[in-house]
Amino acid sequence: MKKKLLSVVLASAMLTGTLAGCGSGGSSSAPADNGGSAEAGGDAAGAEAQTDEGQVINIYSFNDELRNRITAVYSEIENTSDDGTESTLKDGTVIHWIINPNQDGVYQDKLDEAIGAQASASADDKVDIFAAELDYVVKYTDADINVAMPLESLGINPDTDLADQFEFTKTVACDQNGVQRASTWQACPGVLVYRRDIAKEVFGTDDPEEIGKKTKDWTVMKETAEALKAAGYYTFSSYADTFRLYNNSMTDAWVAPGETVIKVDQKILDWVKDSKEWKDAGYFDPAVKGQWNSDWFAAMSSSAKVFAFLFPAWGIDTQMVPNWDGAEGSWAVTNAPLSYNWGGTFVLAAEGTDNPQHVKDIILALTANADNLTMISKEYADFTNAKSVMQAAAEDDSFASDFLGGQNPYVYFTPGADTIKMAPLSAYDQGCVELVQNAFNDYLQEQVEYDKAKENFETAIRERYPEITEIQWPE
Amino acid sequence: MKQKSKKIDYSKWGYIFIFPFFASFFIFSLIPLIDTIRYSFYEYYRSGLKEIGPNFIGMANYAELLTSDMLKYAGNTLILWLIGFVPQIVIALLLASWFVDARLKIRGQQFFKVVIYLPNLIMASAFAMLFFTLFSNKGPINSILLSMGLTQNPIDFMGSVLGTRSLIGVMNFLMWFGNTTIMLMAAIMGISPDIFEASEIDGCNSIQRFFRITLPLIRPILAYTLITSIIGGLQMFDVPQILTNGQGSPDRTSTTLIMFLNNHLKSKNYGMAGALSVYLFIVSGILCFIVYRITNDDDPDGSKAAAKKNKKMGRR
Repeated sequence: MKKKLLSVVLASAMLTGTLAGCGSGGSSSAPADNGGSAEAGGDAAGAEAQTDEGQVINIYSFNDELRNRITAVYSEIENTSDDGTESTLKDGTVIHWIINPNQDGVYQDKLDEAIGAQASASADDKVDIFAAELDYVVKYTDADINVAMPLESLGINPDTDLADQFEFTKTVACDQNGVQRASTWQACPGVLVYRRDIAKEVFGTDDPEEIGKKTKDWTVMKETAEALKAAGYYTFSSYADTFRLYNNSMTDAWVAPGETVIKVDQKILDWVKDSKEWKDAGYFDPAVKGQWNSDWFAAMSSSAKVFAFLFPAWGIDTQMVPNWDGAEGSWAVTNAPLSYNWGGTFVLAAEGTDNPQHVKDIILALTANADNLTMISKEYADFTNAKSVMQAAAEDDSFASDFLGGQNPYVYFTPGADTIKMAPLSAYDQGCVELVQNAFNDYLQEQVEYDKAKENFETAIRERYPEITEIQWPE
Repeated sequence: MKQKSKKIDYSKWGYIFIFPFFASFFIFSLIPLIDTIRYSFYEYYRSGLKEIGPNFIGMANYAELLTSDMLKYAGNTLILWLIGFVPQIVIALLLASWFVDARLKIRGQQFFKVVIYLPNLIMASAFAMLFFTLFSNKGPINSILLSMGLTQNPIDFMGSVLGTRSLIGVMNFLMWFGNTTIMLMAAIMGISPDIFEASEIDGCNSIQRFFRITLPLIRPILAYTLITSIIGGLQMFDVPQILTNGQGSPDRTSTTLIMFLNNHLKSKNYGMAGALSVYLFIVSGILCFIVYRITNDDDPDGSKAAAKKNKKMGRR
């Protein structure tokens, strides 16, 4: 009987403890009635009022890259749970990592839902930091929607704190009024990554400088492709690989701000025309269609006959390294026919965050701290967003990569980054880029006529974006 | 002890036990259903994070759908369903009549019944993913064909209309023929053995027996299979969606109606998607009504039609 009584007492004590915790949590979310609850909650509420920070930092991301980077650079983090869903900071604050895949818009759906509920969410459920890819960052930096905090209101001055970042990464992170609302730790200048063994066999040399002369522009590139074809090799795996080069040199955005008309750029039609020509000439591997599928990955293996891929730094590390099955050091990088930028993960502070101090510290540690960025470049072979660090890396042989046979890739990345001119972005980019490739894929695979492909693109766009009123093609 | 009531009434337990179903049906099915119909009369979608609408626009969504490619996608759906259904019903009939034939005495019947049903247990999306990998340009099927010398270049199965549609048809066939076989077996077993015996004494051969006795007597179940399969076919989504990466390629020839619906939901276009759903609802509703009539009227004993007939006879 005594035991039973004891257990009842213990259980009720625990219950009261839990409820008390709820009480103090509630008071921080509703500062209006702070007076009343501070008396009731006693010490707990008092301690919280001092730091003025929430207990939970929610970070939304589309893969574990952001988590790996932040845990690597943010010194406040004490430990991370084994399943990677939670990290604890030294002051007891907990980071919740909420990761949803990008495929099929899942990540954006979940994020939009959470942001939509931001105002009414309790402090512990509010989004604090979220990641966005270059393809859709504009959607979130929009000043009218105002879901991402201007960096200045966090206490970050883009002109001084982020002075070392590449200019183009800052431009694309600004809203329509020129206020920077996002920051990134990486810049993604693309290079041409080629197989050393094929280069030796066909051109007699695998020296990046020599090969670079053969890939410096499209005209020379075509002669190179002809030579490769004669030896039984394909220059690129498919026309999808070259798309970013054309897309990135567009002069106007897909949709001008405030308009509902899609203007297809001449550069996109150039891509279709050139791709057709190259495909008919046999410069692409006919078995590969598009990217991110098993055929494409197989084209990166030692049994494939593909000479080169067009990738930024992240592509080499995350796509080529896991898919290559031959000897280490079989690849090398050189300049691409056109300088381009592909991708980039931006970090945004959500409007309404209850942890502004931590958010500011994380963003600064990840995107503005030169030591951290150097470390990321060395450890993860990422091209980081710091001009001086990258300048130094280009001259420092300790940045050489084993995968590239001891070559220092920054020699090619860094000058590429300086010359990048970003195509103007719009909130429709992701859909346009995806759908235009799908539509013309049918044309390039000889399933439909050219005009039918255009028509299919228009149909698909109107389905995806009901507000689009017109689609204009260049003359 | 005082007896509270003379009759013990258990009926309240019946209501209590069915209550959870009705509650969840009401919350999770009926309210969304009514909302879907309501939103189909509105302009209601999202542009980025901005919400547009809901603005009442009457039947505009319905009219716009009729002018769009909806009928083409309905045609696609029908073709894809036919490619899967025709072999499915033929093979299922054949297997069912073999399995129940007392004279054939097939050994290991139970084993085969389980095996033919197995593909249905795999999730459709996993199945589609498997086929996507098997039939990709550098996949195992192409490797086998190449090494056997049957083809010089890898066959681009998913690059042609015929290839894509056939693959989808084959998948639907493989997934559903076991299910249909088991259903038809039950139907054939329901036929009185006397009839079969009598026909044999009269000198019927097996082909005559199949066409003159089995087939006419299982007609209600056949019709039921047909209609439920059409309704299932109308909702075809996961197999073509996964196989073609959501594009319905090439040239949208494998885009089904539900994939079309899904495209609208990418922009959270509840208005247009709602209107499309209402069209589908009407078509499925008509088909369901037909099933209802067939299953209720053709039953020779105890059905409504039989009861009506009896009543008429009685009056006379």
